[in-house]
Amino acid sequence: MQKYSVFSLIKNAFKGHKDWEVAWKDPNPKSEYDVIIIGGGGHGLATAYYLAKEHNITKVAIIEKGWIGGGNVGRNTTIIRSNYMHDENGLFSEFGMDLWRNMSQDLNFNVMFSPRGIINLAHSDAQMNVYSRRGNSMRLNGIDAVLLNREEVRKIIPMADFSENVRFPIFGGLMQPSAGTARHDAVAWGYARQADSMGVDIIQNCEVTGFDISNGKILGIRTSKGDIKAKKIGLCVAGSTNILAEKLNMTLPVETHLLQACVSEPIKPILNSVVTFGAGHFYCSQSDKGEMVMGGDLDGYNSYAQRGNLPTLQHVLTEGIAMFPFLSKLKMLRTWGGIMDMSMDGSPIIDKTHIEGLYLNCGWCYGGFKATPASGWTFAHTIAQDKPHELNEGYSLNRFSTGHLIDEKGLGTKTWIS
Amino acid sequence: MLYIKCPHCGLRSQNEFSYGGDATVKRPELNKEISDQEWDNFVYLRKSPRGKHLELWQHISGCRQWIKVERDTLTHEIFTTLKSNEEL
Repeated sequence: MQKYSVFSLIKNAFKGHKDWEVAWKDPNPKSEYDVIIIGGGGHGLATAYYLAKEHNITKVAIIEKGWIGGGNVGRNTTIIRSNYMHDENGLFSEFGMDLWRNMSQDLNFNVMFSPRGIINLAHSDAQMNVYSRRGNSMRLNGIDAVLLNREEVRKIIPMADFSENVRFPIFGGLMQPSAGTARHDAVAWGYARQADSMGVDIIQNCEVTGFDISNGKILGIRTSKGDIKAKKIGLCVAGSTNILAEKLNMTLPVETHLLQACVSEPIKPILNSVVTFGAGHFYCSQSDKGEMVMGGDLDGYNSYAQRGNLPTLQHVLTEGIAMFPFLSKLKMLRTWGGIMDMSMDGSPIIDKTHIEGLYLNCGWCYGGFKATPASGWTFAHTIAQDKPHELNEGYSLNRFSTGHLIDEKGLGTKTWIS
Repeated sequence: MLYIKCPHCGLRSQNEFSYGGDATVKRPELNKEISDQEWDNFVYLRKSPRGKHLELWQHISGCRQWIKVERDTLTHEIFTTLKSNEEL
């Protein structure tokens, strides 16, 4: 594989950039693979990459219905963080933070990881107490957390509404300084390019239409490009999980919901961290292009539409303006939606299933992007070793029936209850 | 914007309603011995189909009645609305 560097850039510039190799090939599916990963998003591509890199399993295919990176990895708000209270989530995400910090070097692809910090604003004494507890739990797990008072927050985001008469005054906030953002498309492309170079077949525009199962064992899949045999199959299909589960006669603790995001017109640099509003659900950062990148609540009812509805957007942006009044002067540039695999406790599932050779990676709710490397790494381990890694042991499929929920915020599917 | 025809009040905008999830899920009978699996089915497991979905909504800023709505989860087309005690 051609290495990307300043030297290769200069060399190719002299040749008019005509001799660059393709970043990944476009092969036809073979008749059989050791492992098939369904879903060519961030998690699927990362899984294939770590299968090849960590476990020497290279007879692997990624089957993608559309084009790689066209789903949620291309639709998120690019936030990367590990500010969780529960051990399962904290340790898993912090393991991912290490992978994020080395990702550009590891993949030889600039993913523009920018550890600019995330601040969760608090709007009452009670909320400060809750954040103090969460911050302490994070620090016990080796994650950086700083509790900021009102004046410390004001130094970082002076443009927020610090006036006296607001409905939700800013009391302070919890900051994770090592959190940040990354260029989401580059993550998908970087993983795809490396996986391809190690022998993984990336098969796009290929829809999975069914599964071959015999005596409780998976034998292969049926696709729009023919039948393909495989010893092991991993599902990484996020919002399409329930559609494939139906083909497998499985019912999962997951519902499919729609989440919107939007960006404003680009403006000069004003915000150098990620900020979340604590009295509702709104988060905001500024992209390198200058756009304010914003998101918030689910649309609130089951949806596969991949496009949003205005009442929710209006609600979310009302919170945004309460936090940053200057946002009201900006024009909206784009809005979009993605479909989320909302698990019932708000935490993901990375596990084996009752079908031998079939592995499940789903339930990422709104937090899938930041988990991309850790999810791929642990899912690859689960598939290769046929058992979960200790990092994803808690993310089991049966935890709902056994009562071992990982209920970080109670922000699972049933948002209408909270 | 969704427009939902409340069987009690008529056609109203989505803003007047709050969502209540899958209406086909049945709570296990009271005072009956049930397995963990049955409880799991009721509390956590959902089909979440792409296409027609029978779901509960509450007309919270109107008559406050719970109603059933049959809606397409891909196109958002609403086919029928029913009172909560009516079956499809």
